[in-house]
Amino acid sequence: MGAGHGHRLHYHGHSRIHRAQPHHKLVTLVAFMLVVVATPREWFPMFGVYLALVLTVIAISRVPFVYLAKRMVVEVPFVLFAILMPFIATGPQVDVLGISVSGPGLLAAWGLLAKGTIGVLASLTLAATTEPVDLLRGLERLRMPTLIVQIMGFMIRYLDVVTAEMGRMLTAMRSRGCDPKSPRHWPVLARSLGALFIRSYERGERVHLAMLSRGYTGTLPSSSSRGAQ
Amino acid sequence: MSTPVLEVSGLAYAYPDGHQALFGVDLHVHRGERVALLGPNGAGKTTLVLHINGILSAGAGTVAVSGLPVLKAHLSEIRRRVGIVFQDPDDQLFSATVRQDVAFGPANLGIRGAELDHRVLTALDQVGMADFVDRPPHHLSFGQRRRVAVATVLAMQPEILVLDEPSSNLDPASRRELADILRSLDVTVLMVTHDLPYALELCPRAVILSEGVVAADGATYDLMTDTELMTKHRLELPFGFDPTRIDGLTGHS
Repeated sequence: MGAGHGHRLHYHGHSRIHRAQPHHKLVTLVAFMLVVVATPREWFPMFGVYLALVLTVIAISRVPFVYLAKRMVVEVPFVLFAILMPFIATGPQVDVLGISVSGPGLLAAWGLLAKGTIGVLASLTLAATTEPVDLLRGLERLRMPTLIVQIMGFMIRYLDVVTAEMGRMLTAMRSRGCDPKSPRHWPVLARSLGALFIRSYERGERVHLAMLSRGYTGTLPSSSSRGAQ
Repeated sequence: MSTPVLEVSGLAYAYPDGHQALFGVDLHVHRGERVALLGPNGAGKTTLVLHINGILSAGAGTVAVSGLPVLKAHLSEIRRRVGIVFQDPDDQLFSATVRQDVAFGPANLGIRGAELDHRVLTALDQVGMADFVDRPPHHLSFGQRRRVAVATVLAMQPEILVLDEPSSNLDPASRRELADILRSLDVTVLMVTHDLPYALELCPRAVILSEGVVAADGATYDLMTDTELMTKHRLELPFGFDPTRIDGLTGHS
């Protein structure tokens, strides 16, 4: 068993984008997203410029575009919503390919789709070029409260452990003739998620105990959260 | 005789739900000893361990580490003196890199800068993991994580190392590597285990804890060859394992 190597979103590399300071990357991403979101959706050419900008960064980072494209499935729910919008929204109707749809709805769908796609792509680029640990260090540099940074650190650390535990539980369920994907077995799945929650909670207590045993008094020593210099 | 590193006398403890786990435990461990703490499941071994560094506080009786009583007033000094390695290394290793994890204990003691780096590297060196200092712990093999977990405690330079089931889930090679490491350390060891061959290999002395009291305390070899005693306390040697047929045991004359 054991956790997978490297993070699922991170693509190992040594490009200029990979090497850039994490807090610079974070600030750039947030600023860029604010500009994108603030751009009126009628300024169609601007979105082309934004997209070109993101694609240029991806090209410099040498992360294969297919790698990012696969991970863009997180956007699917938004895409579905965007497709529905022209049909649900009210307002003057326009004809597109012979189908009558709502004009404002179509515009709103475009806005959601364009801004969403650029946002997801830019965020994935950041994730692909920055190790989670460096992201945390970046957030710390940007004066994010240490408590929140620490909680995020624990989350990253134990994500794989909890996922592996869930994987083992599902395997054990399948071995006993239960198909977790079938709705008929959803109640069982729900109960096992409950069990997973309890187990994670108890693990949290054991981690705390192990920390106390090494003299933890409630604040992480700064040197231990900063790590290798 | 010098002050024992660990001195437990008349220790009794009942959990808040009323379940009594310890009924007057007496145990002395002297400097440089390696002692195995044996006993069936539910004998109170873990409860006893949690008293040694003050996670649980005694209902009756006392625990002292190198003469210092385990009391709220000096918990931080007690936790420096007692290093506990828990059974699941994933519980002990919570940081993003091995270095941060090993630095956690000494940093809590107020150690900083070059001295901290020195402590981290020395501890990792002792367990043969110095090359992994900047790796994330969750990318290491189970055996490597167990060794790093030992290093996280060694970095605090404890006077007594308490190991909870150190050989559990290890493959035979990792098990032997850990044994070599433990033998090479110049530190007092209390080892809680069900792995009787491992106890015999590493610990000249053993203590059997059964139903909340010390049922036997003596040379590991003598206890393990006392069939009646072993059966009485639900301790069984693995199939085919015969202590009388092993040469050159530590502490066995």
